[in-house]
Amino acid sequence: MATVTETKGWTRNEMAARAAKELRDGFYVNLGIGIPTLVANHVPAGMTVTLQSENGMLGIGPFPYDDGVDPDLINAGKQTISQLPQTSYFDSAQSFAMIRGGHIDLAVLGGMEVSEKGDLANWMVPGKMIKGMGGAMDLVAGVKKIIVVMEHVSKDGSPKFIPECTLPLTGRNVIDMIITDLAVFQRPDHSSPFKLIELAPGVTREEVRQKTTAHYAE
Amino acid sequence: MQKIYPNAEAALEGLLFDGMTIAAGGFGLCGIPERLIDAIQASGVKDLTIASNNAGIDNEGLGKLLRTRQVKKMISSYVGENKEFERQFLAKELEVEFCPQGTLAERMRAGGAGIPGFYTKTGVGTQVAEGKEVKQFDGEDYILERGIRADLSIVKGWKADESGNLLFRKTARNFNLPAATCGKTCIAEVEEIVPVGSLDPDCIHLPSIYVNRLILGAPYDKKIEFRTVREREAA
Repeated sequence: MATVTETKGWTRNEMAARAAKELRDGFYVNLGIGIPTLVANHVPAGMTVTLQSENGMLGIGPFPYDDGVDPDLINAGKQTISQLPQTSYFDSAQSFAMIRGGHIDLAVLGGMEVSEKGDLANWMVPGKMIKGMGGAMDLVAGVKKIIVVMEHVSKDGSPKFIPECTLPLTGRNVIDMIITDLAVFQRPDHSSPFKLIELAPGVTREEVRQKTTAHYAE
Repeated sequence: MQKIYPNAEAALEGLLFDGMTIAAGGFGLCGIPERLIDAIQASGVKDLTIASNNAGIDNEGLGKLLRTRQVKKMISSYVGENKEFERQFLAKELEVEFCPQGTLAERMRAGGAGIPGFYTKTGVGTQVAEGKEVKQFDGEDYILERGIRADLSIVKGWKADESGNLLFRKTARNFNLPAATCGKTCIAEVEEIVPVGSLDPDCIHLPSIYVNRLILGAPYDKKIEFRTVREREAA
């Protein structure tokens, strides 16, 4: 008997590709660590998108070749990277001036929980080791548009898009769009509710409803 | 006025005391003042409060001072990848003030610029805002953050001229620039010291006024935390 391979929902790479659809020509963009980093692989051909690294760089290039590795050239995830002809370097205060000052068009971040009011929790789990918020609080406070890319439910199956965050917040009422492996939610402004705008292949509205405790429009 | 000292130990002479506050440059292990950290470890000075974006990793960077229990408190935005840090933190042997990365950079910049506090939107409505003044500007909430004034700044540059004008290299600039400005005394270690007149005055990253003492720290064995490469495309 032939086994049917279930092709339901988006892979990590497909979630990144979906986030990349929100890029626009000329955008300055900050990508978080994990799935958000993969967004860089999906910039449409012919579109100019400049990536910012909060440790002090505009114009992140690809990972270097083995003989081009430079310890003085890393991204915010501390990975070695390369520069581009249009790259500029600056200090951390300048870097966050552009972030906090609203000069970055888009940030794509990972999330542990997002509330229906657009709160984000992604920096600590009480009782476990706390690594720190890094630049996440500054990014959600200052960047024009914030997209969270995360699995729809946690490993134990509990929803991550919920009425109120249970974990300590990274920012209050800061999220514009949520991309999960099952669906996309968006809201036009920070006083509107989220709306389900897209389903991943093979995913039904019922399934999303069943795995989401947050209230959202359909 | 001679700013150049023969080594880190000599440059630190008379500046260290127990319970002092130190602002340190670096991001991860990129652009950290390695020679000065080694000399501070060797001095045995203790109960340090250190403002630095990260706390090094096990036995690298500021991780060395954690291992020897010379640090009382860290003011940092991210402290992952450090087992000894984790152990001391969970055992409550080490105090940690988590500070958002941009707020930390601005606290150093402000401290160095004579600004004792500033309002920022970063952290509003989170744990970071607890106990801090909230003020509305144009209908939005902001919290009051304090500038940092350190007893000593330790930074790592790329090139300096003999007067202390500094250049940094690529992403090794990071916190080194704001950290340099916020200390009562700043010691910079660099990879190369060149005669005055060798650097283009239009291209100085950190003017000499911020650098009180200077050492040549080379040769450096720069460590990489996550070496990531791509395959060369077939010709």
